[in-house]
Amino acid sequence: MTTVRPVDVDLLRQIEQFLFLEARLADEGAYDGWEALWTDDGVYWIPANGDDIDPTSQMSILFDNRSRIALRVRQLKHDKRHAQNPRSRLRRLLGNVELLDGDPADTEAGDVVVGANFVIYESRQRGTTIWAGRSEYRLRLVDGAWRMAGKKVMLVDNDRPLTTLGFLV
Amino acid sequence: MSTATTVRWDQLIEPDRVHGSLYTDPAVYAAELERIWYRTWVYVGHESEIPEPNDYVLKSIGPQPVIMTRDREGQIHLLLNRCSHRANLVCDAPQGNSSAFRCPYHGWTFANTGALLGYPFSSGYGGRELKGELGLARVPRIESYQGFVFGSFAEGGPTLAEHLGAAAGEIDRLVRLSPEGRIQLTAGWLQHKVKANWKMLLENETDGYHPQFVHASIFAVADSGIGELYGEKSTAVSRDLGGGHTENDLRPEFRRLGEPLRWFGTTADRLPDYVARMRAAYGDAAEQILIEGSPHVMIFPNLFIAEIQIFVLQPLAVDETVQHVTAIQFAGAPDLNRRMLQQTIGSVGPAGFLLADDSEMYERNQRGVQTLQPEWLVLKRGLHRQRLDDDGHLIGDATDEVPMRAMWAHYKSLMEDGR
Repeated sequence: MTTVRPVDVDLLRQIEQFLFLEARLADEGAYDGWEALWTDDGVYWIPANGDDIDPTSQMSILFDNRSRIALRVRQLKHDKRHAQNPRSRLRRLLGNVELLDGDPADTEAGDVVVGANFVIYESRQRGTTIWAGRSEYRLRLVDGAWRMAGKKVMLVDNDRPLTTLGFLV
Repeated sequence: MSTATTVRWDQLIEPDRVHGSLYTDPAVYAAELERIWYRTWVYVGHESEIPEPNDYVLKSIGPQPVIMTRDREGQIHLLLNRCSHRANLVCDAPQGNSSAFRCPYHGWTFANTGALLGYPFSSGYGGRELKGELGLARVPRIESYQGFVFGSFAEGGPTLAEHLGAAAGEIDRLVRLSPEGRIQLTAGWLQHKVKANWKMLLENETDGYHPQFVHASIFAVADSGIGELYGEKSTAVSRDLGGGHTENDLRPEFRRLGEPLRWFGTTADRLPDYVARMRAAYGDAAEQILIEGSPHVMIFPNLFIAEIQIFVLQPLAVDETVQHVTAIQFAGAPDLNRRMLQQTIGSVGPAGFLLADDSEMYERNQRGVQTLQPEWLVLKRGLHRQRLDDDGHLIGDATDEVPMRAMWAHYKSLMEDGR
């Protein structure tokens, strides 16, 4: 026998809408809007060689604290960021959205943790690349709006040779 | 007949220009495998990646998968990952600890020295003992220098010391930045795949002309001073170290600035533990070591030491290359190593502030070189001002193409060898 766990449908839909917004801003290169979704202590992480490595002792594909997120956005907005000039054409699908932990009504309980699978189609002169994996987000209500305090992107092929990943995944 | 003997290398490689087909012709690539990758010394891995008895790690020599093992006695071996029975792969895990490898197909088992230990149902071979003759194939020659392990598929030829020549001094300069005199490559590797010929990467590694243009965006937004090191007024030099090895020697700039750790973009007061350990280890010499910093040297054909990172080039096809990269970790320097890792993660790999732009250039070059005209790539830069340094090495200004000409001259000698 399993117990049916109640789902806060309203919360789930709110969070899905936030994730879809984040995905669309990234796809469309709306860099300022994307950066504004981050909290002041945000951490953006793409591990390599597995999903559970220690980023303070092992190489990651990307491991940005908040100031490095800002640097990355400034570089993307510069016309000599050749890896994204011209920008990749991108569209991504999110699915399997799960509320994993946390309660927004209880701010003492910490951030809401959400998981979602993704598939991204990237088209540029090199060809079309399919990126797939699962992201784990830490979300927080700041002044009544959802903000991202953490995004960990676990690519299914993060232990293999990867082509250039110049866009916001 | 070998493809190397059918290509007219002197018609493709001239002192100041090279033909575009060298980057696109599958026959040229096949000849390179024969004459370079399966003959000369090629960097494989670092001893620190297999520190304990029975450790192993999967590596490569070009497209060949190689298992680098350390046996029970501590001896290092380079074994080819191919069962001697039916050619199955005997090792899957990227690294681990095991005294033996068992082929999953029919259970043949090999020691980490390569020796065949046993095979099931042995009566099926009519009482003939196969153990002595059917071990794993080995890379016949293996030597290491300062922990860097090199392999050569040739039974004879120059020693590793002869191959490295003056480049050995650059490795010495690197390990001296550790208070214990050794580096460790223990931070794991990123694998960055590009649709480009391996020589596009090789030439770019010590091309001092590109940074201000290719890396203009990150230099601008990070307010970096690296660009000036490769400017027209820079006192840095490009150098032909012999043997196809080349470097951008930034020491003249760092000596002029005279600040310890400027090469790492920081100051001594930010890394007090490291500086204290260096002074304890090297005394008065520490100051100069910390001012001059780490080398920027391309060791032909595949080991690039880029100040704080190690890159390893692995060609997979005429137009496909994987660049492996990790952060250098200096033994006895934990505070330096933490910063070095984070700076490396920011700079390199598929999403790196620097390497994502370099890799875009390699791929644009590869697409461009397939265009029919003007056929040649030009290597003339700095020809009129190249000169010999005190050690008799050819040098040029920071942005000159001395390294490319040096690489191609050595390449030509290898490809024409035995003609």
